[in-house]
Amino acid sequence: MSIIVDAGGLSCPQPVLMTLNKIKEIKKGEILIKVDTDTSKENVSRAAKSQGWKIADVQENEGGYQLTIKKE
Amino acid sequence: MFKNFFATRWGIIGVGGLIGVLAALLQKLGNPGNMGICVACFERDIAGAIGIHRAAVVQYMRPEIIGFVLGSLVAAYIFKEFRPRTGSAPIVRFVLGVFAMIGSLVFLGCPWRAMLRLAAGDGNAIFALLGLIGGIWIGTLFLKGGYNLGRVQKTYVSAGWLLPLTMLGFLILMLIFPHIEGQGKSGVLFYSLKGPGAMHAHLFISLAVGLAIGFIAQRSRFCTMGAFRDLILFRQVHLLSGVIALVVTAFIVNMIVGQFHPGFARQPVAHTMQIWNFGGMVLSGLAFSLAGGCPGRQLFLAGEGDGDAAVFVLGMIVGAGFAHNFGLASSPKGVGPHGIAAVIIGLTVCLFIGFTMRKRVS
Repeated sequence: MSIIVDAGGLSCPQPVLMTLNKIKEIKKGEILIKVDTDTSKENVSRAAKSQGWKIADVQENEGGYQLTIKKE
Repeated sequence: MFKNFFATRWGIIGVGGLIGVLAALLQKLGNPGNMGICVACFERDIAGAIGIHRAAVVQYMRPEIIGFVLGSLVAAYIFKEFRPRTGSAPIVRFVLGVFAMIGSLVFLGCPWRAMLRLAAGDGNAIFALLGLIGGIWIGTLFLKGGYNLGRVQKTYVSAGWLLPLTMLGFLILMLIFPHIEGQGKSGVLFYSLKGPGAMHAHLFISLAVGLAIGFIAQRSRFCTMGAFRDLILFRQVHLLSGVIALVVTAFIVNMIVGQFHPGFARQPVAHTMQIWNFGGMVLSGLAFSLAGGCPGRQLFLAGEGDGDAAVFVLGMIVGAGFAHNFGLASSPKGVGPHGIAAVIIGLTVCLFIGFTMRKRVS
């Protein structure tokens, strides 16, 4: 069960801040991030990659996107 | 998955570079000095055109602003990114828009124009850029402390259309009531006979450039505030590379067409009261960063259905009314009679918003 960051409805930089805080907290593993705009999806992906995390999956749903990021 | 080229490093550099070229050329084609594009100044001119203020030298329905919103709307629809949304503290965004405009008019330019003034050799812009960075830095402290304006809600498609439709209405008004030589009023619209408001490129050139920039800026998320915010907050230079590209290409075009005049005194539509060039932009930078985007970005967001960004835009237009009716706006002679008081009040209001609107959302 991965950790969930629900940034739906929040505009940048909030989704990135929340993701980076979670990355700092757990160091490695899997995080599932909910965002609602393409901008947030791009920004979160960029920030995660800069921390050495991989984008494992991106799902589009009615309310936006669900990103799964991973670090072994 | 379709990759958005404009959101890559080279994409944002290309967009910033193109904006720099187009802005410098717009000045060559008739826009005011070092004001090829100034989002704050142009929204102020729109406020003048519809009579919200009656400063005779700054009244013109700027087609660039209309184009920014409509170009973004077109891009958002083509790439399925039009997402009507609203409800994240609209009244706060309105107030931030008002003070963002007032701060910009104390300096005499928004971040876009600060970059263009720098690219044309106007040394006063250095103080403004330092102020902008200072204001954004204060904003990042609030962001780190949990400041946020809450979540948006999905809304009706028609709600997302309201600002684009308003802009379309402005364009139609301009076509119905075009400027008549020597007349300060045409139908319901006010026009300037002299001053910056009387200087403009041809309507269709301005509109075409506005549409093009609106389109590519929506795709690339170009933002002059985000550029510094992301650098301070995340050590990320993605957006900043676009802004640097803008300055570089505007500088090159200015050199080629003879628009580069280094110095501090007698720069076009500028004053040399450096404390207030700095202070005005601290206020603007803080307001933009609390609202999540520079004035251009707010227009592009409004074009993709963000009703809160639309409210910020309306706040800026109304703020221009306050700025000129209350004597807050500067002129080449220096700050207005109440400009300093307005900056202090504005900073107090922004700090009040920053300190009182924090909540851990995770």
